[in-house]
Parts: sequence; C-alpha cells; structure tokens
Amino acid sequence: MSTGFAPARVRPSRGAAAPSRERATETFTAPAGREGSRLTRLRRRVSWPLGIYTTPVAILVLWQVTSELGWLPEKIAPAPTAIVQAGVDLWKLGELSVDLTTSLRRVGIGLAIGLTIGITTGIIAGLLRSGEYLFNGVVQIVHTIPLLAILPLMIVWFGIDELTKVLLISFGAGLPMYLNLFAAIRGVDQRLIEMARAAGVRRWRLITRVLLPGALPGFLVGLRFSLAYSVLGLVAAETINANAGIGYLINRAQTYLRIDQVYLGLVIYAILGLLADQFVRILERVLLQWRPSYEAS
Amino acid sequence: MSTTTTTSVDVRNVGRRFGDRVVLDDLSLTIGESEFVVLLGPSGCGKSTLLRLLGGLDLPDAGTVSVPKARAIVFQNDRLLPWQRVLRNVTIGLYEDGADERALAVLDEVGLKDRARAWPKTLSGGEAQRVSLARALVADPDLVLLDEPFAALDAITRLRMHDLVRDLRHRHNAAMLLVTHDVDEAIALADRILVMSDGRIGSTYDVRLDDDERDVGTAREDLRASLLGDLGLAAVH
Ligand SMILES: Nc1ncnc2c1ncn2[C@@H]1O[C@H](COP(=O)(O)OP(=O)(O)O)[C@@H](O)[C@H]1O
Ligand SMILES: [Mg+2]
Repeated sequence: MSTGFAPARVRPSRGAAAPSRERATETFTAPAGREGSRLTRLRRRVSWPLGIYTTPVAILVLWQVTSELGWLPEKIAPAPTAIVQAGVDLWKLGELSVDLTTSLRRVGIGLAIGLTIGITTGIIAGLLRSGEYLFNGVVQIVHTIPLLAILPLMIVWFGIDELTKVLLISFGAGLPMYLNLFAAIRGVDQRLIEMARAAGVRRWRLITRVLLPGALPGFLVGLRFSLAYSVLGLVAAETINANAGIGYLINRAQTYLRIDQVYLGLVIYAILGLLADQFVRILERVLLQWRPSYEAS
Repeated sequence: MSTTTTTSVDVRNVGRRFGDRVVLDDLSLTIGESEFVVLLGPSGCGKSTLLRLLGGLDLPDAGTVSVPKARAIVFQNDRLLPWQRVLRNVTIGLYEDGADERALAVLDEVGLKDRARAWPKTLSGGEAQRVSLARALVADPDLVLLDEPFAALDAITRLRMHDLVRDLRHRHNAAMLLVTHDVDEAIALADRILVMSDGRIGSTYDVRLDDDERDVGTAREDLRASLLGDLGLAAVH
C-alpha cells in the first residue's frame, strides 16, 4: 500500500526536460453518435463490413483472381467458384445432402452423449470430493492418450460401424467438457462462497446461484473445445469404413482425383467449425453479459 | 447509550494461532444489545481473525464464542455476485416470502432502490458497498459484523457512509461491531472503542459524545490523542 508519506523523488518528466519543445497533449471529446448507438453500429458496419471475416474473404478473392489468371494450377487448388460448382453438382445428384445429414447426425448424437456425460460427471466431480476421486484419475489418464490413438482399440471393441464413429466423437466432446467444468467449479472465488455461507445460503442455492453461475465462463471454454474436438472426432471416424458422410465424400473424391470435391469436403468441415464458434460466441454474449470485459474499438 | 442490560456477544478467553504465530491470546469481549462497538488496531493485529470467529467462519483454538444466530457480515470488499443483479444479491440469503419487497425497502434505505436491476459491474465502489450493507441488513440481524467496510473508499464517500451507518443503526436495532484501523472512523461511529494490542483488548473507551462533538471539539481531540497513543503513534496535529 502506498502511504503517501514517502519522500517523493521528483524526476522531471521527459516532456518537461525539453522546454523548447511543445508539450504533447491529448484531447478527448465525445465520439460522434454515441447516443444514437444504431448510427454507431452502422458506422462500424460500414468501416469493417465483414468483421472477423475480412481476412478470409480477402484470401478468397486473391485465390479466385490468381486462379483465373492461371497462376494457380487447377490440380493443386481449383478456384473457389469451381469448388462451389462441385458442391452444386453433388447437391443436384442428391449425394451431398446424404453425406451432410449423415455427418451431422453422427456429430449430433456423439455430442449429445459426450456433453451429457461430460457435464454430469464434471458437475459431480466439481461439487463433491467423492466425485473428484471417482472420475478425475481415469479422466486424467485417458486424457493423456491422443484421440486418434484410441481409434484402433475402439474398432476392436465396437466394430467398424456407426457405434465406433459416434463414440469417438463423444469421447472428443466429453473429455474437454469434464476437465473445464471441473476446474471452473473448483475455481469459483472462495471469498464469494464464504460470503454466501455467512449470509445463511443453503446448499442447493449455493450450487445454483454461486457455484454453477460462477463456473459458466469455464463451461463455455469447455464447450468451445468440445465442439472443435467433436469435428476432429468426426474426421477421424469417417476415415474408417464409411459409405456416407463428408469424410467418405473426401475419400471418394481422392480416389477419383476430384480435387475440387476434396476441397469441398474441407470447406464443409471449416463451415461446421465456424458455425460452432459462432454458436458459442452468441451463448457468451447472452450468458456472460454480467461480466466486466474488454470491448475493442 | 452503552448501558447494557443484555449481552449480544460474549467472547471468553479466546485463543487462535496460525502455526507458531499466536494471533489472539486469551481475548475476552462483550457487546451489548444494539451497542455499536468499534475494534481499532493496526493492520495485521488480528482484527479480521476475531471477526471471522464471531461470524462463525472460523473456530477458536481455546475459549468460547457466543453470538446471536441471526448475524450478518459486511466484508472489506463488497463480495457481490457479479452474475446476479443488485436485487438478487440482496435477497441471496432470504428464504421467506416477500424477499423482494424487503430487499427493495432496504435498498431504498441505502439510496439505491433505482439500481435494483443493475449489474454489479456498473456500480461505483461506494454503491457496491451500500448494496452489501443492504444485503447484511435485509434479514434483520441481531448482530452486524463489519470488517473495514469503508477502507477502500475515498474520503468523501467514507464520510457519507458514516452518516448512512449512523442512520441505519437507529432504524435497525442490531448490535454492530466495526473493525477498522482508522481512528477518525472509530470516533465518528462508536459507542465504545476497543483498541487491540498483543492479541487481546488493550484498552477500552466509552464514547459519550453527540454527533457534533464527534466532528469537532476538545473532547474529540483528547480522545483521538489517547487512541493514537494506544496505537503507538504520537498524536499528530
Ligand atoms: N488463515 C491464515 N493462515 C495463516 N495466517 C493467518 C491466517 N489468517 C490470518 N493470519 C495471520 O494472522 C495475522 C492477523 O491477520 P488479520 O486478522 O487478517 O489482521 P487484521 O485484520 O488486523 O489486519 C496476520 O499476521 C496474518 O498473516
Ligand atoms: Mg483485516
């Protein structure tokens, strides 16, 4: 703590050292349109119309231009428009929708299982010491094994059909959820828990009003990882014996040297990842509005 | 005012140590019903340790502590739940019907009724501490423990808070123990001032001054000098 009694050593600031130079000043005034926030938003929209997609779109445009100029061989990277065309063609054949729904169903079921188990065990372990002792050891050990290395074992156990694929995705989704949720519940500010205890808050309310809301930021971090890893699990799962799905689409395209369709598959994976990210972002905006956070200008 | 018929707090021969460090040593203390006691002592002398014992957040190594069951603590930092709006922060410990109405009434007393729907992040330091005062008073406690509640506030806000606390204690008939290292705060608020030294209550002062005498006058200056002397500081004028 500063006492204010310490002898202050007065050192001339750099600006004052050169009296001949003009002293640098900064002047702040009200930003235009702070009141009419709709106008401000519009202005921001106009100056950065694409937001975080600015760079991806710029790369796409550059890619298209270089392709059309013939600088980029079609065998290495077909133009974006060619990739879109491949998608349209496959859609018309009815193949794309089958692959897409198959993959989405796998991710959906896998996520549902993985998140349910991850959230349930994470909350139990976070709240109860016995839960921690039951689950933590196993999870820590399993966590050290790379997702892809488990695949052969799962094939032996569960065969090469849907079950293995779905479980691999659940695995990818469940682990990070458990780990983040556990850490988040244990990390809730001890002083707030003490305050609640002093205020006579009973167990159930402590959980629902202090521990779980306090763990929400960590939960959302976990969700972000879960969604990303579930897509990773999907990619891995669809390399084995698939007869439908985005991974199958890519494998098939590779066999027939349809590089445009390979790119199409990758683009779909990327879009899935982006959608997942946007979803978490929206959740954060809704659920974490209480949090004092930095807003960039 | 400090004529006490019944005791609210009775602490007898309490000891508390952390490792080799003896923080409280054979400390005894009583507080009467609706008495305002200020516990004065330098940083690190064990004020918070004692207050935590009174609040039931910690247990003594020796001796007994008896306190009313209905008690509340105001901590040095507001300790508001950032994810609950002001109103829900105040009602956190209430289980009966009509919690919201009571919370709004107390928020009105601390002048924050119109901020009931605000998030804690939008409050100033003084406002946040007023909310935590409201949270403490809403359950009509028999004992309110305040641990340097205004130490982090600026001087002007602190003076306003003193007025508020004086006002509140006349409305709510609770015994209050306020812990501070600020001599002026002690004089402004106390019926009785206890100075801590060597892990026990060193000296006791009954303060029989009216509100004006607490602000200026020779009685006040004499008391201030004595307190500073007890704290081992020469009185600075
Ligand atoms: N939980 C603890 N563990 C170890 N030492 C503690 C603990 N709590 C307090 N102390 C020690 O007890 C002494 C008194 O602390 P405290 O009661 O917080 O002082 P005050 O509130 O008067 O500033 C300090 O030296 C502090 O380091
Ligand atoms: Mg303290």
